[in-house]
Amino acid sequence: MDYALIPEGVKRCSFGKFVLWISAVSLLLLWGAAGALLCWIKGLNQTNMNDYFGFGIWITLDLAVIALGAGAFFTGFLRYIIGIDELKNIVNFAVIIGFICYSSALAILGLDVGQPLRGWFIFWHTNIHSMLAEVAFCITCYFCVLCIEYLPLLLENRQLKKIPSLNLFGHHLHRIVAVFAATGTFLSFFHQGSLGGMYGVLYARPFAFRDGFFIWPWTFFLFILSAIAAGPSFTILITWITQKITRKKLVKKNVIALLAKISGWLLLGYLFFKIADTIYWATVTAPARGFTFMDFYRNQPYGLWLFILEIGICGVIPAIILLTRRGRENNSWLILACFLNCTGVVINRFVFTVQTLALPVLPFDRFVTYFPSWQEWASSLAVIAYGIIVISLSYRYLPVFPQEKELNPA
Amino acid sequence: MFPFCFEWQWDAGHFLFMGSLYMVLTVVGLGLMYAGIRTFLDLKKGDH
Repeated sequence: MDYALIPEGVKRCSFGKFVLWISAVSLLLLWGAAGALLCWIKGLNQTNMNDYFGFGIWITLDLAVIALGAGAFFTGFLRYIIGIDELKNIVNFAVIIGFICYSSALAILGLDVGQPLRGWFIFWHTNIHSMLAEVAFCITCYFCVLCIEYLPLLLENRQLKKIPSLNLFGHHLHRIVAVFAATGTFLSFFHQGSLGGMYGVLYARPFAFRDGFFIWPWTFFLFILSAIAAGPSFTILITWITQKITRKKLVKKNVIALLAKISGWLLLGYLFFKIADTIYWATVTAPARGFTFMDFYRNQPYGLWLFILEIGICGVIPAIILLTRRGRENNSWLILACFLNCTGVVINRFVFTVQTLALPVLPFDRFVTYFPSWQEWASSLAVIAYGIIVISLSYRYLPVFPQEKELNPA
Repeated sequence: MFPFCFEWQWDAGHFLFMGSLYMVLTVVGLGLMYAGIRTFLDLKKGDH
């Protein structure tokens, strides 16, 4: 039925099967939409956020998807600015993943602000000293850049390509994609950093507060490093899932191995600075504010296990696997490493958003926990459904993987 | 007041912050304009 839209020389499942798949995933999206609508219509009382937890699952998710979506800007940077040619075989998919992550982040922020119609206030009444303002500006601009980077791929569709003006426009956009990749790198550097900086400057929250360089706390740099370390791993992970679902080989092993190696070295760099930062924070920064390291981990469920899970299991172990050739060449180990790397960055963002707020900072404060309401869960999980739908549509109708034909001869 | 910045002040912070924003918007805008103009010229030439 939709044969004319499918790229030439590749095989796709039947239209009926595809519609069934999209319909099944859409159920999750609808559930999320119901939760989101309730939050918009009735207000943020639909969530379990309160005076203690002004930041909940939405902010954790926001920070996590933005970190995981860093694969788009970093792969683009490596491909178009550094000139690593092999990455041309995966950069399209990285852009799609980035597009999904950033559009999801903006949608979730639209919920989190409670009154999205007032979202423009942050742009019009700019507080130039606010890291959050910088994040808002950079994320919005970078999302525009991602749309522009996605556009040439959309215009590669078999039918759209037949329209001369669109074909030429896509071609000329693609010719100057390096300019957009450089702009995306500039924007990503600052918003990834400022997301970390926002927590590092919270001097009334000794768990998050860090010293730093000039106006930037160390968390500024750590967030950039962790994002560029996890982003490529997330791209590999999603590529692997897509390959499993489609039962096809879509990207050659050497491309994946290269991306994994880059991810591994970046993760090693991140871990070095993260561990150094943690030691300095535990021995100098926190004691200067009257806290010992264990004060922050005395309260369950956010005990020391979370710290070991983040740095050790989801940090050191994937770094070792990704840095060894045998680890990268073994598919199971590689995917496990990518999964752990991504889980590590999600835990890191959770720790900075939720654990920071949970810990009491005054003698009369009490430790409180937070568990999201179904509306928060539904709208958060809808992001996954949205991602699946965008990837499914892109994979079916666009030439996302340049090596697909070669790897799957008819 | 300054375009797109209601509480504009003539200081380094505003120049840096808003300047970076305008620079990015200019680059993105010029990029799109370049692609648009080249498309128009190619179509006019019948080069497709």
